[in-house]
Amino acid sequence: MATQDFAAKQAHAHAAPQGFLRKWVFSLDHKVIGLQYYFLALIAVFVGMFLSLLMRIHLIWPTAVLPLVGEIKPENYLSLLTMHGTIMVFFVLTTAPQGGFGNYFLPIQIGAPDMAFPVLNMLSFWTTFLGFLVLIAAFFVAGGAPLHGWTGYAPLSALPSAGPGQALGADLWIISIAIFCIGALMGALNFITTTLDMRAKGMSLMRMPLTCWAWFITAILGLLAFGVLLSAGILLLMDRNLGSSFFVPLVTVNGQILDHKGGSPLLWQHLFWFFGHPEVYIAILPAMGLCSQLISVFSRKPIFGYKAMVYAILSIGFLGFMVWGHHMFMSGMSPYSAFAFSVMTMAIGVPSAIKTFNWLGTLMHARIHFSSPMLFAIGFVSLFVSGGISGPFLAQPVLDIPLHDTYFVPGHFHLIMGVASIFGIFAATYYWFPKMFGRMMSESLARWHFWFSFIGTYAIFMPMHYLGLAGHPRRYSQLTEVAYLHGLVPLQKFITFAAFVTIAAQFIFLINLFWSMKFGEKATDNPWNATTLEWTTATPPPHDNFGGHTPVVHHGPYEYSVPNAPRDYVMQTDPESVPAH
Amino acid sequence: MGLVLLIVIWLITLVSTYFFVAKTWWFPPGASAAAPLIDHHFTVTFILMGIVFVAAQLSLGFLVWKYRDRGSSSKAVYSHGNTTLEILWTVLTAVLFIGLNLMSSSIWASERFRPAAADAQRVEVTAMQFAWYFRYPGPDGKFGATRPELEDASTGGEGAVGLDTSDPASKDDVVSGVMYLPVNREIELILRSHDVIHSFFVPAMRFKQDAVPGLAIHMHFTPTRTGDFEIACAELCGLGHYKMHGIVKVVSQEDFDRWMAAREAENQ
Repeated sequence: MATQDFAAKQAHAHAAPQGFLRKWVFSLDHKVIGLQYYFLALIAVFVGMFLSLLMRIHLIWPTAVLPLVGEIKPENYLSLLTMHGTIMVFFVLTTAPQGGFGNYFLPIQIGAPDMAFPVLNMLSFWTTFLGFLVLIAAFFVAGGAPLHGWTGYAPLSALPSAGPGQALGADLWIISIAIFCIGALMGALNFITTTLDMRAKGMSLMRMPLTCWAWFITAILGLLAFGVLLSAGILLLMDRNLGSSFFVPLVTVNGQILDHKGGSPLLWQHLFWFFGHPEVYIAILPAMGLCSQLISVFSRKPIFGYKAMVYAILSIGFLGFMVWGHHMFMSGMSPYSAFAFSVMTMAIGVPSAIKTFNWLGTLMHARIHFSSPMLFAIGFVSLFVSGGISGPFLAQPVLDIPLHDTYFVPGHFHLIMGVASIFGIFAATYYWFPKMFGRMMSESLARWHFWFSFIGTYAIFMPMHYLGLAGHPRRYSQLTEVAYLHGLVPLQKFITFAAFVTIAAQFIFLINLFWSMKFGEKATDNPWNATTLEWTTATPPPHDNFGGHTPVVHHGPYEYSVPNAPRDYVMQTDPESVPAH
Repeated sequence: MGLVLLIVIWLITLVSTYFFVAKTWWFPPGASAAAPLIDHHFTVTFILMGIVFVAAQLSLGFLVWKYRDRGSSSKAVYSHGNTTLEILWTVLTAVLFIGLNLMSSSIWASERFRPAAADAQRVEVTAMQFAWYFRYPGPDGKFGATRPELEDASTGGEGAVGLDTSDPASKDDVVSGVMYLPVNREIELILRSHDVIHSFFVPAMRFKQDAVPGLAIHMHFTPTRTGDFEIACAELCGLGHYKMHGIVKVVSQEDFDRWMAAREAENQ
């Protein structure tokens, strides 16, 4: 059954480090590394959010001169959207759920003393951090940050002369992503090895919490996807700097015939989306796993259909690699392959629907506690449904004709991979904060944060679907030129006002986070009466997680309201004699 | 708290759905032969997915209210799920999703698998940062050669597309900054780009296709209404993306012939 790899255990047999540098900066402890990833993502998310606010302001007041920022020109708007997308996708949605919470809680939840490769773990964080610095540097070089969007479609991304920001800024953007890929690959290897080799006695795969399943499959997706993006990035750098023509055919820019020929712009799209679509699942699978967990904990009920949930995660991971072409229906790709990609995309909707049904099934006949993590988990389900339901529109090439590259698309993906995943991160923060910092967060602040975020999210992103139906193209810095956009300005104004309120509400979260670290009520070891292993150990957990002993697992992860049990839950480590399924 | 959640989730659902059903912001009226087909399939998808959306959100709101913790009187039921239900909803969603997909495949096939009719009016669309040019082959039905080294955007018209005037086939070619099209006749588009990817999007025609440098992409559609329709670039192409727009003027075949004759006369 589960194995405890001796060598891996030896590797961690280092004593708890002394000194600030070894303990908090170049730490080998997965918990500290998890926090480092988390705080990196926290900085990144506020930067990314600030950029989106500037975009929203520019859209409705194009000539406004802002304090400190000055006037936003059309090319600045495109730089803002490029950096917003890149920061959010890579340094928030990939970094916090997997690098942050995955790092901190995967080893504890499976009963391991650390990750399999602690040094690699440290390296993967510092690599990611370096990637972030390089990305931010793009703002400060001549020409500024690139304007080719987070998808970096060639030839725009490949030609330094194609626009401001496409010179050094674009090089830094590619290098940053390449560095990020290297960090993500190291992390993925570590997660996979740890899950396979470091589980405690009795922790069979089918006894793992769904969070661990999600982190495990996410790591496999990362291993297969980031390698491709890394290669594509290197090829793009070569096109830009070494005169190769992987992605650039013969083109004329500003009246100059450039020294390229024979390259294929569509090749970039294939490589990018071969990464890009699995990336969507990299962002949301951990949130799915976590919300499954939370809905069970706060419903005081076993998760409905544990096995179906595991199979759904597996099939989402598998099918996720066969749908990338649905981003390319209008690209000039063969219309026959569009048909195949469309069928696969509709098929991936099935496991997503199964998960939703199972969440609702868990809520049925439950005894729901509305603690803040649960509020965000419920919000996650609602957003997941709303963002998911527009998928089958975009997945059909015929309907994609009017909708592709309109606001319908950002409406769709912000609800589902953006904010639904962010709700997962919030839920995880409220849920695990007591374990990580030994104190409780303020429930009343958390509730205000929830209501503003939940309603605000809908107010921002639902209208984007209406804009898309009306034919509003994405990535337009001004609405002045195309006549049919004039009538849509009031809706754009509404979105900007909603964004102001929603963004302001995020400071409630920030205040709660830092205030509670210092002044929050002291937390007990198991404040939510949950069953998984992290709640069996001290708060915060000791350096080796379980204080010198290795837990032995006897039960599945979701034993709540067990008939005849002494409490309404059975811990995974409770002795076999405790009645359970 | 359960009741507040129910009210908020239900309100969000009903308000969101209202604006879709009321069509407050909607597709512009269709102006091509494919538009009614696409709109019809959109409506079918919209009704089916709309039912799923409303049902899922209303149940979520209802369940969190109904099964809220009511102190000692409430008890959760210990259950690990129900295999029959799992199979049922897996099969139902699979049938729904794949069925929808198959329903729309014939429209896609007629739009994209079938080549344009032999008598279609051919128009070459050339995209460049940040303008559209439209070239007609003239009476000989042949497009003259173009050469990148002759491209000169500053001259507009023939110079912008790089027309090689030494090629006899190019003599009667007409290049225009406005797209004139005859109504009720199939149009064959040949999409090209000089620099980066652009996308030719005419919302009223329910038509969109990227123009990719290095490729000549053949597409077709049939305008069914006369009038002016806006073209908007739908693929991020640089700092002027937002102003890369144009006009399709759909006119009667006679008006189209008259316009073409006038342009030919200018060329002489």
